Amino acid sequence: MTTIAIIDYGIGNIQSIVNSLIAVGATPIVTRDSADILSAQGIILPGVGAFGEGMANLRKYQLIPIIFEAVRKEKSILGICLGMQLLFQESEEFGHHLGLGLIEGCVKKLPSQPGEKLPHVSWNQLYPPTSERWAHSIFQESVPGIDMYFVHSFAAYPHHKADILSETPYGDTFFCSSVQRGTILGCQFHPEKSGPAGLTVLRNFVQIVTLRN
Amino acid sequence: MLAKRIIPCLDVTGGRVVKGTNFVELRDAGDPVELAHLYDQAGADELVFLDITATSDARNILLDLIERTAHCVHVPFTVGGGIKSRSDIRDILNAGADKISLNSAAIRNPSLLQECSAYFGAQCIIVAIDAKAVDHASQTHPTEILAAIQAQGITSDLALDSNSHWEVVINGGRLRTGIDTLKWAKWVSDHGAGEILLNSMDKDGTKSGYDLPLTRGVSQVSECPVIASGGAGTLGHIAEALNVCEAALLASLLHFRELSIEEIKAYCMSQGLIMRL
Repeated sequence: MTTIAIIDYGIGNIQSIVNSLIAVGATPIVTRDSADILSAQGIILPGVGAFGEGMANLRKYQLIPIIFEAVRKEKSILGICLGMQLLFQESEEFGHHLGLGLIEGCVKKLPSQPGEKLPHVSWNQLYPPTSERWAHSIFQESVPGIDMYFVHSFAAYPHHKADILSETPYGDTFFCSSVQRGTILGCQFHPEKSGPAGLTVLRNFVQIVTLRN
Repeated sequence: MLAKRIIPCLDVTGGRVVKGTNFVELRDAGDPVELAHLYDQAGADELVFLDITATSDARNILLDLIERTAHCVHVPFTVGGGIKSRSDIRDILNAGADKISLNSAAIRNPSLLQECSAYFGAQCIIVAIDAKAVDHASQTHPTEILAAIQAQGITSDLALDSNSHWEVVINGGRLRTGIDTLKWAKWVSDHGAGEILLNSMDKDGTKSGYDLPLTRGVSQVSECPVIASGGAGTLGHIAEALNVCEAALLASLLHFRELSIEEIKAYCMSQGLIMRL
């Protein structure tokens, strides 16, 4: 069984991620203990909430050095929603906050679009930036245009186009709905809340993690 | 493009799903965990669980029920009813909910909305509004609740005026507030609501169609997505609501198997709406 550590930093809904990982056959462990996190085969950084609060809590529980250590050891890490945003260098949500800086770029409010509401709450489509980008990724058998569930007002803007794993339409623009840089992954949508399609993404993550170990 | 959402609603009391007309004459509609599982499998885009009794002594039983329900739901799961504090929200999210819905508590204590939104993020906070048509001719407008809110000095003018069409009611529709629904919707949307769950007390359980003018009005004044509730009776009612807002809440039509989620989505798509299959 593949053990996935879900980092518990007192923010957001962890239970639904636990339920979904069990549903795809992994063994989730909810923890803020460094030994647990570093011995797990894969790591999920969850998070619903505000960026500043998220970073403050990671600091409070001294999780930042552990995350860096896991990245150095090339453990696969998947940030979900706020967890993806925290991977970036900085955010403009309620002031200016520094992030983990594992992926270059910043987090900004989605631009207001005629006819679109904020927060961006709903099922929306994902498209690969290039036709080969999804091969061997968490989207390996997904069809372009697949619907996932989003709830957010802010989005990440990666500095390097190559880090973008999927894009999602919002009004006249597209935003980055998932990223991958090596073993570091992030989803702006909630795979644990996206029905069967989301469970497939989590199953693929678990499979990638298992193959790497 | 954003898909429009079909959201089954479980009104829960005494551990059972119930449904009534205009919030009275409750009728048993099944087991919440069983129904949640059924709707998750049937393609529901989200699920709402409203504790309609919400007495404090039943709190732990409720959390257990929320936890068991959340286990079989892999789409967004909202819980509302009787939430009064940040710690209530924490408990419900820990039990497996993704969002919470504030109703009376937001009226009694608008700063709670701002505080919880800043702490948990706006996307996690739905403000439920029960609205009822104003009868200007025969009613004097209550001022007590309104005065208590205005005394906190954080809200704009919310009072009903001669142009008001709908009043906010609380405590399951039993208590009038003297607050204009559109003014309140705008305020909550500007102060931390991630979504508005708008229930028409006049239409609830009647199957005569959603209150479209009300839904359109609230949708126009609020930045955030609006979920229409109350009055669905036919496929046409659902499609017309989704033309003026983002999501439709459904209860008895689904619970009593009068319509299926599949046929609702197929119909809405035939009407040019974008739905998730």
